[in-house]
Amino acid sequence: MAEPIAAGTWVEIHNVVLSPDARAPQIPADTRQVPLEMRVKGFLVSPASVGGQADVVTAAGRHLRGTLSQVNPAYTHGFGAPIPELSTIGAEVRARLRDKGHAT
Amino acid sequence: MNVESYSAIMNQRAEIMRSSVGLDYGKYTTGTVAFDYEGLLADAGYDVETAREVQRRTAVGDTPLVELHNITALVRTVAKPGNGARIFVKDEAANPSGSFKDRRASLSVHEAKRRGYPGVAAATSGNYGAAVASQAAKAGLHCIVVQEAFDSSGIAQPEIAEKTRACEAYGAEVIRLSVGPELFYVFLSVLKETGYFNASLYSPYSVLGIETLGYELALQVREQTQRLPDAVIATHAGGGNVTGTARGLRKAGAANTTMIAASVDLSGLHMASDHDFNRKSFTTGHTGFSMPFTTWPDRADVPRNAARPLRYIDRFVTVTQGEVFYITEVLAALEGMERGPAGNTSLAAAFAIAQDLDQEQIVVVQETEYTGAGKHPLAQLNLARRMGIEVVRGDPTDNEPGKRIVIPVEPSQIRVVDVDLANVRRSYLRHVFESLPADAQLTDVDFAFLAEETRTDRTFVREVVNELGTTNR
Repeated sequence: MAEPIAAGTWVEIHNVVLSPDARAPQIPADTRQVPLEMRVKGFLVSPASVGGQADVVTAAGRHLRGTLSQVNPAYTHGFGAPIPELSTIGAEVRARLRDKGHAT
Repeated sequence: MNVESYSAIMNQRAEIMRSSVGLDYGKYTTGTVAFDYEGLLADAGYDVETAREVQRRTAVGDTPLVELHNITALVRTVAKPGNGARIFVKDEAANPSGSFKDRRASLSVHEAKRRGYPGVAAATSGNYGAAVASQAAKAGLHCIVVQEAFDSSGIAQPEIAEKTRACEAYGAEVIRLSVGPELFYVFLSVLKETGYFNASLYSPYSVLGIETLGYELALQVREQTQRLPDAVIATHAGGGNVTGTARGLRKAGAANTTMIAASVDLSGLHMASDHDFNRKSFTTGHTGFSMPFTTWPDRADVPRNAARPLRYIDRFVTVTQGEVFYITEVLAALEGMERGPAGNTSLAAAFAIAQDLDQEQIVVVQETEYTGAGKHPLAQLNLARRMGIEVVRGDPTDNEPGKRIVIPVEPSQIRVVDVDLANVRRSYLRHVFESLPADAQLTDVDFAFLAEETRTDRTFVREVVNELGTTNR
């Protein structure tokens, strides 16, 4: 197991809330094949290792226990590359207004 | 967290909801299905002026009404001569957390604080979570937001990832879940464990908080144009936006304004499907919410939904994913306003609808929302491509949710598809009927209520109920 992470570190824990066989009856077949998973962040209460059990205190002050999944988890969402199908729309509509006699 | 089983928690559903919203819904029951809707809203104690006063304390509301001169000009390049209504937008992105959802959150959080709850919780993957977190931060209350955030491969929907970040920035605990309606079970468990206030999107507070939007916009249109709006278009999902806005318009004297609900057409995608989750490209304002909530509002996380869209909508239209992305680009390029894509659903509809109206008429798009990382056409279309969805320029009628996103080639290709409201009304009545025990009797009070619910008359209701009775029982 990896090096223990120090108490007080901001981490994410992971839990399976419902295994596939415990899922609600009304859900579609593809969803029923997978568990309902939960990820929550908090400050580590005591040293723990990635992949091991960990106790955290959340931003709301709740004590939760789960598998330590990430240390100081990053926000990785962004914009990505420009989409060529969108890139020319601005120029197209400005040209259209100019052609029809509207100054913009 | 206490681990009670799914069925154990669901069996306590009514009790948990009652104590977490602090309203006795039972006392408004007037018939087998009928309840005193206006009484429920009135007893919440927030008329428009009171709501505005509460909202002003946290800088919510009083957002600018902006005339979109260049988009109106673009409409007139494709409309018949003499047609092309003036388009205005209510720039709700100017609210503290960047969307009109601050209006909904403000009264709920104010009420939670007033009643002495230790915190607030909300089940939402959208702007509403950030709004509740922002209001809770201001009020000094704890906040927990429960999101449906990622699929079974661990891929997060980027717009929801941005909401996670925003909620955490405001100091909220965010519980991120994989796909499935059992989110409600987790939410109920949290409410039970914490004793927090349920800042439901569907409580009277949430809907009354939006009345100020409709009210303000009517006054602003009158001040800027010396007339009332001819049509107001709201992006439609759970029904609160349409309901609150229409009520506010009426309270400002704009009773003749046509209230139009607009949703992105996501037909063919299943809302509880793990496979479809990251193939929607929209997290709200789509038919996956608006159809079920319009035809059966009481599927909500409170016993009686205060958002009852069928009572208010005059027209219900859909637009395609590609049309909304196109108009989002146009808004940035021609008006210098970069705003989130979902709120632009009603702008896409406005672009089409304005072409059928005279040039002196006024169409108002009643919201914008902030845009940013994840919450942007680029993020959505990059994810779409990663999920194997084709993204092309072409005729928007070839758009197919989950398979192909078609960005229009020309502005003239943007059009709306009308949803047949008579079918929606029948579907609503079918849900009511199916929810009843076999021996239930409907009385005159119930027929009058159902006529109000569907904006029809007792004869229509009786006709439909009789049809259903002979086919189903």
